[in-house]
Amino acid sequence: MKKTHWYDYLWIWAIIYFALGFFNILFAWLGMIDFLLPLGFAVFGGNKYFCNHLCGRGQLLARLGGKWKCSRNRPAPRWMASPWFRYGFLAFFLTMFGNMIFQTWLVAAGAASLREAIKLFWTIRVPWGWTYTAGLVPDWVAQFSFGFYSLMLTSLLLGLIVMVLYRPRTWCSFCPMGTMTQGVCRLKRMGKDGASEKENV
Amino acid sequence: MLSKRYAWADRSRCVACGACANECPRGAVEILHGCFARMDAERCVGCGKCAAVCPADCITLLEREARV
Repeated sequence: MKKTHWYDYLWIWAIIYFALGFFNILFAWLGMIDFLLPLGFAVFGGNKYFCNHLCGRGQLLARLGGKWKCSRNRPAPRWMASPWFRYGFLAFFLTMFGNMIFQTWLVAAGAASLREAIKLFWTIRVPWGWTYTAGLVPDWVAQFSFGFYSLMLTSLLLGLIVMVLYRPRTWCSFCPMGTMTQGVCRLKRMGKDGASEKENV
Repeated sequence: MLSKRYAWADRSRCVACGACANECPRGAVEILHGCFARMDAERCVGCGKCAAVCPADCITLLEREARV
């Protein structure tokens, strides 16, 4: 029997995070933890400890698709874990992240007004105004919340779709954070023993 | 006595997510420096649980005799 750790329950945190966004959009900022921690582990520790143990989303997908049997459990198409797709999706995701930052900057500079809506799959605008009381914080802080929550919810939905269609953690095979942190780890190990693809043993 | 089969991860396809390590009942999987999974062939009992959850489908069960 495997020992259970406190971090094995972080899937509950993932549910709480997305639930909070339905009540107060400013909680979206907490999602920055999921952005900064994995990068921190990769850059300073040279590992994927976050993906391996702390990712609430990965745990939620594993639980939903595994224990709770919401997945067909079929292998995903091979291209989904191929480098060109993974790095392509990472580039796309970062571009969209950059666009979101740009929108936040426009609002901060007074060149655009706050839009109390989230965008699903980068195209579908969904009114989300009930989660924010105007004037509570500077407009750009709220704009970032709406934009960031859009990214988080979109990626969760993508994760859930591929979880149902393929294996529970199929999202992990092209998760931008996973691709980025693995890339950082590989760069850190470049030229060192024990981490070369050539030693494929 | 060692099992007939053991798991092997293709490093060129592994995404180092750790799904296999979390699933392994023997603790035989290690995510090496955040780059890919490495199975301890001596400890592996060839149950195939890791291969069944691998999102990149990069784990194969090899016959021990085939390993030279």
